[in-house]
Amino acid sequence: MNQMLLNALLLALRAIRRNLMRSFLTVLGIVIGVGAVITMVTLGNGATRMVSDQISSLGSNLLILRPGQQLGPGRESAGAATFRLTDVEALQAQIPSLRAVAPVVGSRVTLVVGSQNWSSQVSGTNNAYFTAGNWKIAAGRSFEEDEETAGKAVCVIGDTVRKQLFGSASPLGGELRVKNFTCVVVGLLAAKGQGAMGQDQDDVVLMPIRTVQRRLTGNQDVSTVMLSMRDGANTDQVMVQIRRLMRERRKLAESEEDNFNVMDTKQIAETLSGTIRTMTGLLGAVAAVSLLVGGIGIMNIMLVSVTERTREIGIRLAIGALEHEVLLQFLIEAVVLSALGGLIGITLAFVACLGLTALMNMPFLFNPGINLLAFVFSAVIGIVFGYMPARRAASLDPIVALRYE
Amino acid sequence: MTQNGVGALLISLRKVTKTYGEGTATVQALNGVDLDIGQGEFVAIMGPSGSGKSTALNILGCLDAPSSGHYLFRDIEVDALTRNQRALLRRYYLGFVFQGFNLLSRTSAQENVELPLLYRGEDAVHRHDASRRALAQVGLTGWEHHTPAELSGGQQQRVAIARAIATQPLVLLADEPTGNLDSKRGHEIMELLVSLNRDQGITVIMVTHEPDMAAYASRVVRFADGNVDSDSMKVAA
Repeated sequence: MNQMLLNALLLALRAIRRNLMRSFLTVLGIVIGVGAVITMVTLGNGATRMVSDQISSLGSNLLILRPGQQLGPGRESAGAATFRLTDVEALQAQIPSLRAVAPVVGSRVTLVVGSQNWSSQVSGTNNAYFTAGNWKIAAGRSFEEDEETAGKAVCVIGDTVRKQLFGSASPLGGELRVKNFTCVVVGLLAAKGQGAMGQDQDDVVLMPIRTVQRRLTGNQDVSTVMLSMRDGANTDQVMVQIRRLMRERRKLAESEEDNFNVMDTKQIAETLSGTIRTMTGLLGAVAAVSLLVGGIGIMNIMLVSVTERTREIGIRLAIGALEHEVLLQFLIEAVVLSALGGLIGITLAFVACLGLTALMNMPFLFNPGINLLAFVFSAVIGIVFGYMPARRAASLDPIVALRYE
Repeated sequence: MTQNGVGALLISLRKVTKTYGEGTATVQALNGVDLDIGQGEFVAIMGPSGSGKSTALNILGCLDAPSSGHYLFRDIEVDALTRNQRALLRRYYLGFVFQGFNLLSRTSAQENVELPLLYRGEDAVHRHDASRRALAQVGLTGWEHHTPAELSGGQQQRVAIARAIATQPLVLLADEPTGNLDSKRGHEIMELLVSLNRDQGITVIMVTHEPDMAAYASRVVRFADGNVDSDSMKVAA
C-alpha cells in the first residue's frame, strides 16, 4: 500500500514535470485567484480598522458647530454670520452636558525657523481644544490663563511641524516666525497620524484664539466651535439644546431656517467606515470573480488536454496499471498543483498586503478565514477539474481509451 | 505441437464470440472462434479488414473481454476475471506493441520502459537495470534519455518493444507493429521479434496484413468473417 502511494507520487511528479506548461498555467490560475481575493479582503479590513481607529482618535462625543446650513446639494453655506467668543461662553455656561467648548479660527500661513520654512495650518483656540480634540501634550505645557486672555504670542505645535522645522532639536522655547510676529513654542502635541480623510493631523500649530484674531485674521470671528459632551450625555438632546440656544442668540424668527449647523463626528466616522465596508465587499466580489475566472482557466486547460490524457490512461491500463492506481496518480497530481498554487497565492498576497498597507499607512490585519476559504476553493476547483476527466477515462476499456480521438 | 521448440498449451479459445453495439446496430466481430497457441510459438494473424483479427488480439491480450465462450490462459479462466484481475494478468504475463507505438510523449525512452516495472512495484535499482537491459536488447543503448519526439518511427517502435519485454512476459502481443514503418524498418523490427522468440522463448502473437511480415512467423492464422479461416504451420527449413 505504501509502495503504491510512493509510486503514484513518483508518477504524478513525473507527469507534472513533463507537462510543465500545463502545470504552470494551472498553478497560475490558482495563484491569481487566491492572491487577488486575499489581498482585496485584507486591504479592505485594514481600511475599516483604520477608520474605526480614527473614530476614537477624534475624541469621544465630539460635536462641531459651523456657520451656514447643513452641507449638501443646493444649500448655501457661504455668507452666513460666523460666531463670536460670547457665543462660546454662552454655550459653556448654559448647556451643562458640555464638558469642553473650544472656539477655532484657522489660517494657513508659512512658518519660519532659522533657514527652514513650512506651510501649515495655524488654529486659534483655547485649552478646551485639547479635551475636545483628544490631544495629549507630549512635552511642555498647554496655554496659561493670562496668555489666553491677553493673546500672547505662544504656541503648541504638532509633531509634523516639529519634524519639519526643528528636526531632532527640542522645539520647546524655540521661536517660530509667523508672518510679522514671532511666537514661542511652549508645548508639543503627541502624534496622532493620518486622519479619516487621509490628511496629516499632526501638521498643526495651536495659538490662543485672541492671538490669531488680533495678529492674523484681524477680526473677532470664530469660524468653528468644537463641543465635547460629557460621558453618558444624550447626543440628540444636546444637539437640540445647542440649536435652540444658537437660534435664540442669532435672533432667528420661527419661519427662518438655521444659518448654522451641528455635526456629530461619530456619526460621520461611522458613515465613512460603513462606506469602506461596502467598498471592501465590492472589491471582494471583483476578486471572487477573478478566482472564478482562474477556475475556468484551470477547467479549460484540463479539458483541452483530455484527449492526450485519455490516451495516456489507455497506455497505462494496457501495460498493467489498475484503475485506482491511475486515479491516485491523477488525484495526487491535481492536489500537488492546487496546493502549490494556493500556497504561492497566499505568499504573494501576504507580501502584497504587507507592502500596500505600509504604503497606505494602514494596519495589516492577517485574516486566517479568507486565506483558508480562498485556498480551499481553489483546491476544490483544481482537484475537481484535474480528477474528474481522469476518472471518466480510467473507467473506459483500455482499448477504447487508447483509440480516443 | 512440439515442432520448432513449441511447448505446452498456453492459450486456448473455445467458441469465443464478441458482439459490439446494441439492438439493430450490433456487429458480430467474432463468431465462435476456437484457437490454441502453444508456449514459444510465433503466430501471425492475418485477414482482411473487419475479419475480427484485431478483436481476437485484444481478447487474447486481455484488453477486451469476450461476449461468450471460454478463454483459458495457462490454467486461468480469463472470461471469469474482473477488470482488475485482467489488468494484473497483463501486468505479469503480457507485453504489448501497437501500430501507433503508444509511448508517453515528452517522456524519456528509459522512463517509458520503466513504466510497467513501476506498476509491478520493482525498486528503483532494478527498474534502472532492467530498462537499460531491455533498451540494449533492442539496440537503443545511448538513446535512453531521448523523448519519442526525438526518435524516428523505427526507434519509437523499438522503445515500445523494450517496454513490452522489460518485464520478461510470457507473451508479446503486437498489433500491426510495422504498419507505420517503411519496409526496411519493418524488416528490422520483425528480425527483432524473431530473435526474442527464438532466444528468449517469448510467445509472439502478431496481427499483420503484410504477407512478407507474416512470413517471419512460424504459424499463420487467417481470419475471415469473425472466424478462423485457415491455420498453417510453416515447415522448418
